[in-house]
Amino acid sequence: MHNSNRLGDAPLLANRQFAATSAPLIAVEGLAKEYRVYDKPEGLLASVSGLFRRTSRLVPALRGVNLTVGRGEFVALLGPNGAGKTTFLKLLSGIITPTRGTASVLGHVPWERADDFRRRFALVMGQRNQLWWDLPAAESFRLHKEIYRIETTRFERTRDELVDMLDVRKLLLQPVRELSLGERMKLELVAALLHEPEVLFLDEPTIGLDVVAQHTLHRFLSHVQTERQMTVVLTTHYMKDVAALCQRVVVITHGDILYDGSLDQIVDRFTTHKIVTLDLDHEPSQERMERFGFPCEIRGPQAILRIDRSRIADVLPEILRSETVRDISVEDVPLEEIVASLFRSEAEIHTRESE
Amino acid sequence: MIETRSNPAVRWPGAGLRTWWMMLVISLEERLAYRGDFVLGTLMRFLPIVTQLFLWTAVFSATSRPDIAGYSRNDIVAYYLLTMVTRAFSSMPGLSGGIARSVRDGSVKKYLVQPVDYVSFLLASRIAHKLVYYIVAALPFAGVFFLCRHFFPPIPDALTITSFVLALVLSFLLGFFLEATLGMLGFWFLEVSSIVFGYMLVQYLLSGHMFPLDMLAGIGTGIPGLSLADVVRWLPFEYTAYFPAAIWLGKVQGTQLVYSLVIEAGWVIVMAVACRIAWWRGTRRYSAFGG
Repeated sequence: MHNSNRLGDAPLLANRQFAATSAPLIAVEGLAKEYRVYDKPEGLLASVSGLFRRTSRLVPALRGVNLTVGRGEFVALLGPNGAGKTTFLKLLSGIITPTRGTASVLGHVPWERADDFRRRFALVMGQRNQLWWDLPAAESFRLHKEIYRIETTRFERTRDELVDMLDVRKLLLQPVRELSLGERMKLELVAALLHEPEVLFLDEPTIGLDVVAQHTLHRFLSHVQTERQMTVVLTTHYMKDVAALCQRVVVITHGDILYDGSLDQIVDRFTTHKIVTLDLDHEPSQERMERFGFPCEIRGPQAILRIDRSRIADVLPEILRSETVRDISVEDVPLEEIVASLFRSEAEIHTRESE
Repeated sequence: MIETRSNPAVRWPGAGLRTWWMMLVISLEERLAYRGDFVLGTLMRFLPIVTQLFLWTAVFSATSRPDIAGYSRNDIVAYYLLTMVTRAFSSMPGLSGGIARSVRDGSVKKYLVQPVDYVSFLLASRIAHKLVYYIVAALPFAGVFFLCRHFFPPIPDALTITSFVLALVLSFLLGFFLEATLGMLGFWFLEVSSIVFGYMLVQYLLSGHMFPLDMLAGIGTGIPGLSLADVVRWLPFEYTAYFPAAIWLGKVQGTQLVYSLVIEAGWVIVMAVACRIAWWRGTRRYSAFGG
């Protein structure tokens, strides 16, 4: 499969460090959303009595979140399922109203749904399509041209550009229902970007896609975002999306923001250890290795150790002195692991709270 | 402050109209993708009328009277054929169910996010559906009417025909807003099919789909001088089937015709407003509770 050549020469991570303008494009304060959930009792008898009296409780999906995003930022909302990421996006795009708190996107209160606001942003929500199922995508694009009042020459230029970048020209005249998931997702993105939105919300854009399609989407989004100075907020639980796209990561768990900063700083802030891999000329013993740190794995002459970050500067010379080392590497704990442990520890806190 | 946007919406004259036209065109194309289904559906429509004809033939052969409540056997046949025409305008298959489904499966979100009005969109696509239907149905309809031409009275004057067409157009709008409003109830109830079924039942009885409604003129309501037909006249249902047919057959004339047209137009306005309110309140509720 060949990707577009126009994307090929765009450096993937270059040019990301433009300063956000002073006024935030998105400003959120104390934003909270609670859902009322009706308990559905088990059994026929209980179901019948449920017809007359239903018990309900309020479930917080978002618990008073503060966030500001400047123009041209690419922000990832990272979190496990049910953390409140999608609720957050729905609030920002005005689909739902909050229980408490305020939000301003492009100077508008999103849930007032002013047309001027709605012409300036786009939302792509997984498989919920803006495309007409039984018609070729080209037709849906024409409808978008009218809905968003895009001038004809501008529309054609934007469409051709996006279509070529994603290499989907030959799919334009096929009914959307005949396309694969990845192809549909690409066309969904084209549809969302036709009116050149200033803000783009993406809910799990890569879910269910194969690696090649994921990669294509990453390059595409990165390129378009840089070129247009577009503000993008995406939700995901794939670290790959974050690593490829976003300068800024907001980790959400249980409706709270747990971390807001760069990806690298997550490592700084949340890891206490480094991973040291040693290639020795002999098979080391368990006890010998325990002097340096926690041996995760010893296989043949290779040992993988977990060493406290505060001790690493002292331990490394000691290893080199006392062992015959063929090769040594010092790495951070993989991001996936850090984030997973973040999610886990947060979950543990909550189970303890509720007990 | 937020800077001005890079791509201002074009404010050409009639932009709204162009959007509307595009919605119509797209809906037409979508509809044409299923033309086979359509041809079959059209032919099936002619089946119920055959049973009605047999029924009324039996009724007339059992009585020695030349007419029942002012309808001869020929009038009855003509009446049923004409209600088929009016139903072709006022019936909205799948409209309320479709709206309720879009609420249930969440596809209604699209209309909250995009700068487009859902009710206008539904209207445009319904007009498209109807246009396709008329194109497909024109030939069979013409055939049946030609074969049955001797059942009809002579073609009425231009004013009557104009009133007939006006009543038909209004019956389309009335049917649309009635069923769209029912569909919007999906914001409050997960499933609207039983509500729609109840509506269909009442509608079937009181629209004149089953029998000419002026037959109700002889049935009292308990209030002196007020017949059941007088009551039904104030309800919206008869305007979706009986009324246009009655105009063509000359059953409604003069001031009575004008009054009825005004009542029909009044109902169109009432239901259009109701539909709009249901949409506003429904989306507000939707936004507050889940989305």
